[in-house]
Formats: sequence, structure tokens, C-alpha cells
Amino acid sequence: MTASLLRDLNSLLGPRNVLHQKEDLMLYEYDGSVEKARRPDVVVFPHTTEEVSRIVKLAAEYQVPVVGRGAGTGLSGGALARGGGVMIVFARMNRILEIDLENQRAVVQPGVVNLDITRAVEKAGLYFAPDPSSQKSCTIGGNVAENAGGPHTLAYGVTVNHIAALELVLPDGEIVRMGSKHGDTSGYDLCGLFVGSEGTLALVTEITVKLTRKPEAVKTLLAIFDSVDDASLSVAEITARGITPAACEMLDGWTLRVVEDYVHAGFPRDSAAVLLVELEGLREATGTQAEAVVDVCRTHCAREVRAAKDERERELLWKGRKNAFGALGRLAPTNYVLDGVIPRSKLPQALQHIQEIGKKYGFAIGNIFHAGDGNLHPIVLYDPRDAKAFEKAIAASGEIIRYCVELGGALTGEHGVGMEKNELMTLMFSDADFDLMRRVHHAFNPDSSLNPGKIFPLSKGCGEIRVKAKEMMGGNQ
Amino acid sequence: MLTANLATKLQSLLGATRVTAAEHSLLSFAVDGMSPAAIIHPASAEEVAEVVRFAASEKLAIVSCGSRSKLEMGMPPARYDIALDMTGVCHIAHYDAGDLTLSVDAGMPLRHLEQALAEKQQFLPLAVPCFETSTVGGAVASGIDSVLRQQYGTARDFLIGAEFVDGTGKICKSGGRVVKNVTGYDLHKLLIGSLGTLCVITRLNFRTFPLAQVSGGQLVSFASVEGTLAFRRELEAAGLPISNLEVLSPGIATILAAILRSAKSGVPLGLEQGRWCVYASYEGNAAVVERVSRELEKFARETNAANYEPLDKPTDESLGGMLREAFEWLRFASPLVLLVRLVLPEFSGEVSAGLSDILKANSLRGGMLLRARGIVYFLAQVEEGAALDRLEKTAKDVTRLVAEKQGHTTLLHAPLALKSRASIRAGADENIGLMRRVKQAFDPQGLFAPGRFWGGL
Repeated sequence: MTASLLRDLNSLLGPRNVLHQKEDLMLYEYDGSVEKARRPDVVVFPHTTEEVSRIVKLAAEYQVPVVGRGAGTGLSGGALARGGGVMIVFARMNRILEIDLENQRAVVQPGVVNLDITRAVEKAGLYFAPDPSSQKSCTIGGNVAENAGGPHTLAYGVTVNHIAALELVLPDGEIVRMGSKHGDTSGYDLCGLFVGSEGTLALVTEITVKLTRKPEAVKTLLAIFDSVDDASLSVAEITARGITPAACEMLDGWTLRVVEDYVHAGFPRDSAAVLLVELEGLREATGTQAEAVVDVCRTHCAREVRAAKDERERELLWKGRKNAFGALGRLAPTNYVLDGVIPRSKLPQALQHIQEIGKKYGFAIGNIFHAGDGNLHPIVLYDPRDAKAFEKAIAASGEIIRYCVELGGALTGEHGVGMEKNELMTLMFSDADFDLMRRVHHAFNPDSSLNPGKIFPLSKGCGEIRVKAKEMMGGNQ
Repeated sequence: MLTANLATKLQSLLGATRVTAAEHSLLSFAVDGMSPAAIIHPASAEEVAEVVRFAASEKLAIVSCGSRSKLEMGMPPARYDIALDMTGVCHIAHYDAGDLTLSVDAGMPLRHLEQALAEKQQFLPLAVPCFETSTVGGAVASGIDSVLRQQYGTARDFLIGAEFVDGTGKICKSGGRVVKNVTGYDLHKLLIGSLGTLCVITRLNFRTFPLAQVSGGQLVSFASVEGTLAFRRELEAAGLPISNLEVLSPGIATILAAILRSAKSGVPLGLEQGRWCVYASYEGNAAVVERVSRELEKFARETNAANYEPLDKPTDESLGGMLREAFEWLRFASPLVLLVRLVLPEFSGEVSAGLSDILKANSLRGGMLLRARGIVYFLAQVEEGAALDRLEKTAKDVTRLVAEKQGHTTLLHAPLALKSRASIRAGADENIGLMRRVKQAFDPQGLFAPGRFWGGL
């Protein structure tokens, strides 16, 4: 990066909004993924859309790449500066600009924390439905870029289903708006394209979100099983019976013991798996649905099915689920959380196969995941200092993802492709698919100046995928 | 001559049975008076790709269609050489009822699909007009509203993947067959409402939904628009599971009452009296349906409804079905009709009065049908005479009013002479430059339905 770009950025934003010293930049060279550190050359903190536009124009002038970043909680390296350059951190664009309770809409800046939207409207009986585990810290801009999910997306859908309109800055600095308060666009559904495009087409600077009315009744059940097979068969049957829980999460025995030791959520340590099932809606509906879920679980030999007695108990169960990944940090220096998706009816065989892969490679692979929508999160724990263990972890992970795709599933359900899975994209997409996606990419980001090196494979062919996968998982070993 | 030559070439490409060039057949594939030179009846995505590659090499324009029930949506094509009749690509490719996912060819009729899903106690909430004949591909490409969008949203909310042929003649896919998937760009969302201008849709993947055990329906009528909107506000704020929520102005209520009468169906009193009416249907288990009925009655009392009418099952089914078909009977309500879809941040008594004033000022009859939140179908009708100028002025006045309210409009139906003069879309959200980039990426040579979309696309 040239000194003159730094001078221009300082002059545009003021020195308080520009970081360029090595020790300052270190905070921004990681995200929540296991990617190798990628340090940006400069980090800037705009306060307005116009500033974002001018930063992007400056970067274009100096032919320097630009990467957007929210809270850096992403799990696929989407917010890492793979090619260095200017990182735009949206932390100071964190205002809720408008709340329209009657129409159940809020207009927010991208740096607003996910849970803060709910906090701002919950007194009116509303909330923002997408609830990634990191919702206390992740930002709505990052959620839009990654099309983030969460446990309750089973009933309510992922981020894209809750976005009505966007304001964006294109790589040439042009500011555009799309969508409408009600979500209807006049023309092609550009919002549908930009949400989940992982910051590779534009930077989002303002979001109109849809707010959801809080349900009248919530029933949270904990079903305890002595066999993982029985738990997964229960999930498949809950879906098949036409019951749509708001959330249906599974923790296997290995994982729940670790979580229980840390969180004390009340998961029985001697069980093989638990299901956390939440039913929401009218009182008249949740009662009968809960009975049906209990019936399914008992049919599949649940040892016990208990309902949370009160809000405190419900929160404790969810704390166990949402803090699980933190708990795993007690077992190994790092872990690799996969995000494959499978058809829900294939859950029993997929879990069995994952265990077989674990045995083959000598790993205990934990599973804590969104069972209701088939979004698996197998967790491979490893010590990055042990090169052999790391190699095996990568090989095991590759096999699991490949198996998910073979079952008719997908590489990623909510974490995004980023620079973590881009080389695996060839498992799902043909040359023709890539050609079209590249043309769409080129249509908006012709110089690849925005978030370069993401989503698209940089190599082709399985052999190269393996080599690249090793590199991309390389961390700092 | 083009017809004969083209047909011969296409026959040698796909075989004689796949090509039609008879004059009367060509006329039945006309779009706004323009006929193709040949009709192709492909039986697979591979055949579609072959036709597209041929069209690309010969620089021919393709309009793909299903049952052709909504071909009048959009502008007349700038060029039209080949009609691609997709009704032969019509199988269920994959249906995993236990997983609530479906992969279905674009030419599958919605009615057949409904029957197949009903066998497994499931359905697809794509309840669109011309349901008896519409194909699933046509329903998505038209982007026409489903009557169930209040509860189930738009196709964007349950379309999970697609296979299609792009402008280079390659079979591409986007999304997948799982309900949660963020792998790659969601290109399939761009196909919704694209009027066949981006690609030829060959297959669509959906999330399906369980059929409810019981359903109910009510018609509540009011003396004024204010009472109507107050009732609707109460209803929405209560968070009740309403699958279909429609508001009919007196003009629309009167038309619908006449249709129901002529079909010898029951006519609820609110429609008969030509009042402002709210139709609500809901579903769930018996206890839920009973609870919603009770609450509706309470809200009706609190907002001083003129009539509160629980509907018996036949009347409810008949009325619900008619409302699903609203686009169809609205556009044929009179010999000359202007039908415009408005998207408004808010529909208020003031907006209603403004729209009524426009009708009065232009000496036209008509009315408004509000669907879900923010969507309004505005009808202006003329029985006879030289009324084009008045319809055109009405279209302009409505567009202006909606633009002032930060909304946008889409012209759904108008006499052809007016359609070619008026802008089919107008309002706050245009982004035509961005759309042009999307079109160029999908269809670099401009083969697909050129000019049909808007702004020359």
C-alpha cells in the first residue's frame, strides 16, 4: 500500500478512523474460521454510506482490494483480507435508523449487532428472527453477506427471508438501493442475489429488515436418547409427520458431556444424544405439537422427554446449545466446525457414516447441529501443532463434506464458502455453473477488487483441491 | 420463408415431432399480436440446450412458455422467432415427502402437482391465477402473486434451487435440494418474475409444506375504508396465522358478487351489498381454527364491522378459489381494462381516496384489491367507446400517486395500443442498469424474450 493512499484515507476519515500499524492490524487478520492469518494493509472505520463510497473509489484509484468486515465472527474466512488491501470495518456504522412497528420493519446500518435489533423492538412484541449462535456479537451486515442462519431458521427461514431492502456500494463506488419496504422489487430480485454473495459483489451499507411477531406460546422440550440412531430417526419422523418446530437441535453424547461440564445445562452425561425441540405459535397449536413430538421420541425409545418448566430453564437449555463451541475449546487448542447439509431423511445414515469416518482417522468427531433442517456441524478437534493430526483432520473433513454432497446435500448451510470451501465448490458445481456465476461476478465486480479469492475455486481438479485444502486450513503451523 | 426454412432446420435438429410451424398453431403462441416462426416442443433439458445453441448460432429470439396463460404480462417481444413449449418437460424428478422437498420439471401443471403432493398430505403454496392450466415454471417466471403470500411468502421463500439453460446453451444449476444452503450465488432467485428473459427454466426445486387438518374462512364487511384498515391492523397485530388476507373495495366486491352469482355459488352479504370487505382464511388444527374464528369476531365487533360472516366450507372454497383467480377476472372485467399492481409502503385511507379520485376524474369505474401487506391491484374499466386516452391518463395519474408515496407500479393488463405507449413498470426502485448487467451475464446475445421485461431487456 502506498503512503499516499494512507494519507488520502486519513484526510477523508481522520486518523481516529484509520489503522495501519502492524500491532493494530493484528486484530483484523483473523475471523472465527481456522484460516491462516491474512493481514490487511489498512483498516478503516467509516460512519456513513458516502464515506464507504469514497473509500471504495480511493481504493479503485490505487488498485487496491477492498474487504468488508462486521464483527469478524464468520466461520469461512469471508471477512479476511486474502489479498491484503483496505479492510472496511462497519463497527461505527451501527445505528438503528428507523423502526416502523406497524409495518414490522426496521432500517439499520450494517454494523448493528444482530441481537440489538431484537432488543430495540422486543417491548413491542417483535424480534429479528435469524439467530446465529454469535448473535450477541455478529452484525447484520455480516449476516446479510453470508445469508446467516441459526437454530430458529427451521421455521422462520434464513437471513434472506427477512430482508426487504438494501442499500449497497458497488466496487466503483456507486451507491444503489434495491427492494422496498415490503420486499417486493420492481424487476429481477437483486436483493435475493446480493444477500449471501459474501461481499464479492457489493458492500451493504443499509438494510431494511422484516421484524417477526413474538409467538404467543413457546414449548421447549429436551428428549434424551440412549442411541444416536434413535435421536436421528426421531428427527426424520418429526419432519415426515408434518410437524415444523421452530428449532430442532441435536447434541451427541460426546459433545453434550463436554457442554454439560462447562455450562451445566441439565443434559444427562450418560446419554448418547439429546434433542432440543422448540415449538412456537398459538397455545392451541404448540400443545398438540408438543404431544406429537413426545410421541415420536417415545416411539423411538427416548429415555425421557422433559419440557422446560419456565423461561429460566429454557434459557439454560439454549445456553447449553449456543455455548457449545466455546465449551469445546477446553478439549483441544482448536477445532474445525463443518457446515454440510443433507436431506433430513438421510440423517441416521449420515451420522453413522461420520462416526465411521472418525474411526477410520482415529478422531472422536462430535456433532452439535441443526438437525431439523439437516444442517450438520461435525466438529473435528485437533492440535494445530501436530502436523499429522492436522493432515488427518483435513482428510476426515473432506470425506464428510463429500459424503454430504453425495447424499444430495450441500457444502454449507449457513457459514458460507469464503476461502475455506472455495476449492470444494467443484463437488457441487459444473464448469457451466461456474461460468455463469463468474459472469455474474464480473458484471458487478469486474476487477475482482472486492473481497478477492472468495467463493470461486482458485484451482481445478480433485488433486489440486486436496493440496489447496491443506493450505487453506494451514493456520499458523 | 423464414418459417419454412427455420422449421426445416429445427426438424433436422430435433426430429419432425418436436417442431410445429402450422399457421393456426403459430397464432396460438402469439404474444401481444406477434407470432413465432416455429414452435419447438422439447422433452428434456438437453433438447432445450440444443435449441438454445442453435438459436445462438442463428441469432434467433426465443420465448419459452408453459400454458401461455400469462404471456400478456410484460411488454411485446422486440423479436420472436421460436416459441419453446415447455409443457413436454413435465415430470416430478424427485419428491422426498419425508424430507418435504421437491424437484419438478418446469412444464408440470400446478394442478397435477397439487394432486401428487396431496397424496402425501403436502402442498406447495404457489396458489396463482389460471391454476387449472398454469405450469410451475410459468408461475415462477411470471412472478405473479400467490394468494397465500400472507402466510407463506413469495416463491423466494420456498424456491430452493433451479436448473436452467443459459444464453450460451449450457445447462446450469443454482441452489440445491436441501432446505438450507448458502453454497454459491442464489441465481435461482433472479428467475422469479424474470418473464423468461434470463434463461429457459427446466427444473425447479421447492420446499413443500404439510397440509393443515382443518381450515376456516370469514368475510367481514365495513361501511368505510377506515374501518376496514383498522380491522386488518388489529388482525395483523394479533399475530394470528392467517393464510389469505384480502381487502376488497366496493367496486371489486360488486364484480365478485356478480361472478359468484352467475356461478351459482353462495354470495356473502358483504359482497352482495357492495361494501368494503375483508376476506380471511386460516388453517391448523380444530382448536386453532376455532380460536382464530373467535378472535376475528371480536375484532370485527371492536372495529364496528357492518357484517361478520363465518363462511361454510363450500362458500369459503368458492370464494377462496375466486380470489386466487382474481388476476383472471379482473383483467376481463370489461372490454377495456387497465389493471395495475401497486407496491406501497402503506395503504391508507388517503391513498384509497386518491385512487378513487383518479377513477372519478377520468369517469371510469373500478376498484382496489389489497393482497397481503402492501400489494394493491388497481382496476379501471370502461364498457365501450374511445376511452384509451382516459385509461392512459389514469395509468399516469396512478403511477404519479404511487411514486409520491415511494411505491412502484407494474402494468398487468391494458389494451395493446396503450401498453405500447405506457411504461410497464415505474416507481422508486428501478435499477435498470443493474438489471441490464444481470441480463448480459445470463443471456449475452439477448436471445431470451428480448424486450419483454422492461427498459428494453
